[in-house]
Amino acid sequence: MAGPILQVENLVKRYGDVEAVRGVSFNVEQGEVFGLLGPNGAGKTTTVEILEGLRDPDGGRVSVCGLDPQRESAALKHEIGAALQSTSLPDKLRVMEALRLFASFYKRGRKPEELLKRFGLEDKRNAFYSQLSGGQKQRLALAMALVNDPKVVFLDEPTAGLDPQVRREIYDIIEELRHEKKTILMTTHYIEEAERLCDRVAIVDHGKVIALGTPRELKAHSGGATRIEVRLSKPESNGALKSLEGVADAREVDGAYVLHSVRPPQAIVSLVKHLEAEGNELISLEIATPSLEDVFIEMTGRRLRD
Amino acid sequence: MSNFVSLTRTRILLAMRNKMFFFFSVVFPLGMFFLYGGIFARGNPRAVSYFLGPVIAFNVMGSFWGLSAALVMFREQGILRRFHVTPVTATDMLASSLLANFVLTLPTVSIELFLARVVFHVPSLGNLFSLAVLVTVGTISFGSLGLVVASVTNTMQETQVLNQIIWLPLIFLSGATFPLAYLPNSVQHVGLFLPATYLVTALQSALYQSFPVWKLSIQILALASWALLTFFVAAQLFRWEPEVKIPRKAKLWALATALPFFLLGAWENSNGDILKQAQAAFRSLERPASSAQPSKASQ
Repeated sequence: MAGPILQVENLVKRYGDVEAVRGVSFNVEQGEVFGLLGPNGAGKTTTVEILEGLRDPDGGRVSVCGLDPQRESAALKHEIGAALQSTSLPDKLRVMEALRLFASFYKRGRKPEELLKRFGLEDKRNAFYSQLSGGQKQRLALAMALVNDPKVVFLDEPTAGLDPQVRREIYDIIEELRHEKKTILMTTHYIEEAERLCDRVAIVDHGKVIALGTPRELKAHSGGATRIEVRLSKPESNGALKSLEGVADAREVDGAYVLHSVRPPQAIVSLVKHLEAEGNELISLEIATPSLEDVFIEMTGRRLRD
Repeated sequence: MSNFVSLTRTRILLAMRNKMFFFFSVVFPLGMFFLYGGIFARGNPRAVSYFLGPVIAFNVMGSFWGLSAALVMFREQGILRRFHVTPVTATDMLASSLLANFVLTLPTVSIELFLARVVFHVPSLGNLFSLAVLVTVGTISFGSLGLVVASVTNTMQETQVLNQIIWLPLIFLSGATFPLAYLPNSVQHVGLFLPATYLVTALQSALYQSFPVWKLSIQILALASWALLTFFVAAQLFRWEPEVKIPRKAKLWALATALPFFLLGAWENSNGDILKQAQAAFRSLERPASSAQPSKASQ
């Protein structure tokens, strides 16, 4: 296929007076796993729902598999698969019945039997939806998203609310899909998820894309600097911290000070000396390798999540 | 088409697994049947035959209650959203609700007819073809009313309140609870503005007086055109998403569904004879002195 499979140009969506999406643009290539990373309420879900044809945009242009989700939604729905956020199935529907029902809506597709096996739901085939655990429900949601062998798969917060072990299970499934060269657009507010699963990430905040690239590129953007996070007994000025030897950047985030440094040992030594001279005390100190969180802090002055 | 079929099948399956459905669609109507047949009609075969119309009308009209509740629940739980990303259309969703409801109404109606013959020895079930047509038009039209209710309410609570508001006049002013001719004269005239009145009187005429379809054409055509209108309105107002609230203007649309029976009621009040037929049927019930009716109070 020529050109990107997903195109989003200057997308705008308002809910009353609130602009949920304010000029979002990005393209997704065939076979790519693309992530929208951002805090809750950043406009990720709205963007995805417009691409799925569930909502109409107020401005901009989008194209999915060469189709306009607004005008050609009937054709589009055969090409896409989706695991939505805050959705459900009837309590008294059995797993196999759900897969068969949804498979019946499409012209082409994978065998429900095969999906059941692949998503480890074989022994749950006759279980009611209401009897499934959170992880099983999410596996079923993923299986249902693939029931028509779609060209593009939308995963909206695929691991939200799941415990860490189940989350890793879902990661394995998504990684498998990536090896199959499925085009995936996923949203997440977990940094780890975006770094591990996505070929490229768009960081979204307040309805805008504030950074876009591969996780590696994005991290390089923040200077590849190590993050040193400290809590102090007395307040300090950002300027004083920034001027310390070895410290590239310093800012206050939620009562802690986040320093970025390419030479962490120097930075720590000069910090300790400075604090001694000021009569200030170090309450805690954390050192983290650069992550997408640093990119977010740098761009917005806030954390991605608490 | 296949979406419609598989959705219908699933809806029937889900209803049969639902205890509430079993109570409201089987236990409750059969309770009504024995209440009318055993107590109101005192087991008198002719009187049972007279009351069979209202009993079946109850069954048929109850459609709107279950359909509105099911659809609103599906919307509130985000189940409809999941269908929205598939090729399923609003029409598939609504039409499958109606067909499933129709199929699920048939067994109870059949059991009632059977019991009327076997337990109460009703000599004749009247014109079965008319009965079949009326049950079909009735479940579809009152089912569509339920779909409109689902579309104009935002929460289950609102749905139940609106259902109550609709249900009470439907059962008390239409002849479903007390025979139309037994009600005060002014109330009889008000009743002519309600779709339920036409269903109740037509079912009664088909069962008790063996009216053929052509003699019931006004009622059948009125209910059928009302069904088309309400279905159209329901499809226009249909919402997949729980967060999308109903616009004010849309509520006016919903009021438009009252129009056909407003016009028909006005016409029937001035020169129609449906009321006369209902009164005649009621009098014929009183005539044989042997039968004991709850008619002591009348005139």
